[in-house]
Amino acid sequence: MEKTLTREEVEKVAVLARLKLSDTELDRFTAQLGKVLEYVAILNEVNTDDVEPMAHAVEMKNVFRDDVPTPSLSREQALANAPKTDGKFFLVPQILEEV
Amino acid sequence: MAKRVAQRVEPMATDTTKDYTVVIGLEVHVQLLTKTKVFCGCVNLFNPENPNVQTCPVCLGMPGVLPVMNREAFRLALKTALALNCRIARFTKWDRKQYYYPDLPKNYQISQYDLPFSHDGWLEVASDEEFSEKRRIGIIRVHLEEDAGKNLHDETGRGTDSRVDLNRAGTPLLEIVSKPDIRSPAEARRYLEELKLLLTYLGVSDCNMQEGSLRCDANINLHLQEGDETIATPIVEVKNLNSFRAVELALQYEVGRQLDEFRSTGHRLGDVPKQTRGWDEKREITFGQRGKEEASDYRYFPDPDLVPVTVSDKLLEEIRGELCELPAARRERFRQQYGLSQYDASVIIDQGRRFADYFERVAQECEDGKQAANWVTQDVLREMNQRKVDIDKFPISADDLAFLLKKISARELTTKSARDVFAELLAGADSGTPPSAGRIDQIINERGLALVSDAGQLEGVITAVIARNEKAANDFRNGKQAAIGRLIGEVMREVKGADPKLVRQMLIEKIVGSEEA
Repeated sequence: MEKTLTREEVEKVAVLARLKLSDTELDRFTAQLGKVLEYVAILNEVNTDDVEPMAHAVEMKNVFRDDVPTPSLSREQALANAPKTDGKFFLVPQILEEV
Repeated sequence: MAKRVAQRVEPMATDTTKDYTVVIGLEVHVQLLTKTKVFCGCVNLFNPENPNVQTCPVCLGMPGVLPVMNREAFRLALKTALALNCRIARFTKWDRKQYYYPDLPKNYQISQYDLPFSHDGWLEVASDEEFSEKRRIGIIRVHLEEDAGKNLHDETGRGTDSRVDLNRAGTPLLEIVSKPDIRSPAEARRYLEELKLLLTYLGVSDCNMQEGSLRCDANINLHLQEGDETIATPIVEVKNLNSFRAVELALQYEVGRQLDEFRSTGHRLGDVPKQTRGWDEKREITFGQRGKEEASDYRYFPDPDLVPVTVSDKLLEEIRGELCELPAARRERFRQQYGLSQYDASVIIDQGRRFADYFERVAQECEDGKQAANWVTQDVLREMNQRKVDIDKFPISADDLAFLLKKISARELTTKSARDVFAELLAGADSGTPPSAGRIDQIINERGLALVSDAGQLEGVITAVIARNEKAANDFRNGKQAAIGRLIGEVMREVKGADPKLVRQMLIEKIVGSEEA
């Protein structure tokens, strides 16, 4: 069977997802996500020895569009949902490049 | 060889008891020359003056939108991979690479993970600056992904906000990953030069580094030889390389820095996590950057919004048919067809496709490849550099230059006179008189540069000159070679533009012949 999800794993995923979880949340999510994984792990009982791995859930292939421009949003529209702008750019808290 | 290069560039590496090899792999990103972005119909245009005017819900990463693959982007990608001798996957798909950065509105980049559309190719580069030999640099993979937007950082240090322009988000981007086959910083530069030449020949990218359409990251470490043991130093990835020169300088710096670091810490590959370093162009040093997230941290998974692509034989043949003659093949053909040296052929090819087209037109029209190569690599190139124009803006057309060079082959003009005409054509062009065949003839007439190669026309003058200079003629007859010079000079003064070779030959025949008679 699938090994149980550890608290450390949840912590790591939270960091990667930029989520700040409290200790109680960590405990709760470790248990809840663990249950979800256990449920999905039922699939491991199916014998897949002769089954080719599936690269995509959709059977469709080769959907393309032609290289023809379509209208873009106006700048006002593009920036409309941004928490902060200067009317030209999206503004975000300063990005630190160097350590 | 690696040792020689490294010691030359990095004098502090003076420990001669150690031998080492430099190991470099390059990761190049190039934007493709499509009209629109890779997954939406926004225009693909470098437009920094007008931020955030080339976006739509798809490239802004709005919920519920559906990206659709640009057919042309995929075709250009296939074309590039074929030209890089890659194997083309018959089944390929796109994956989501998850990371957070303000220039990435979806919080994932659509890229290719385990099934890139092409892999295992190679590119041949010159082994040294003299093009003596070729070295084959392996290509691990080429895959098609989307570019991110652009962050503009506040550089005042006052902690004001960073600005984000998403015009670039979703631009089709090829990632070309080389094997760690490159053995010196100079070779890294040559690889990039050859790659850029190939890509611009194919017309798949303009490779403009200033505008960011070609970007390069380099991975480098050293293999130190200590007795029987080979020790690998930790691999460093160098970023922010804004020119080929920067790539070479940064890698030279890294060679010395890694040697020093190994001496002081003894760290080997695996002892410390992989480091990312930036290149500081002003100080010409690399500096440490944020730690790189492990590959598994990107949590790749197949993008459910994009369907896989299969490549048929028919499509491959079609794309193969669209490939033009590639630079390496053309370099070789120039050598054979026009009898050029490896060096001349390379100088011409390395200037780009339009320049090589110009040369070839001149060579074919004047029917003298070597002559054409001499003029194009010396006179034309020099004038182009002085005027800072490329060949498309060069005032003298290939046909006009060929017209001029033909006159040299036909012995109607000396090479020296042709250079005068060339200079006057350019001077004329600068003051508003466009060069033309008619203009060439006009200059030759006005300045009396036409070579007189008509023996009949020279005959009388030569007889008269010999008669007037009995002593000089006798001196020559008696073995005083220098005496002929005076006679030639006199003939040339009388018949402006007389072919000096012919004059000399006729004079000798006359003097020696009259003795025999």
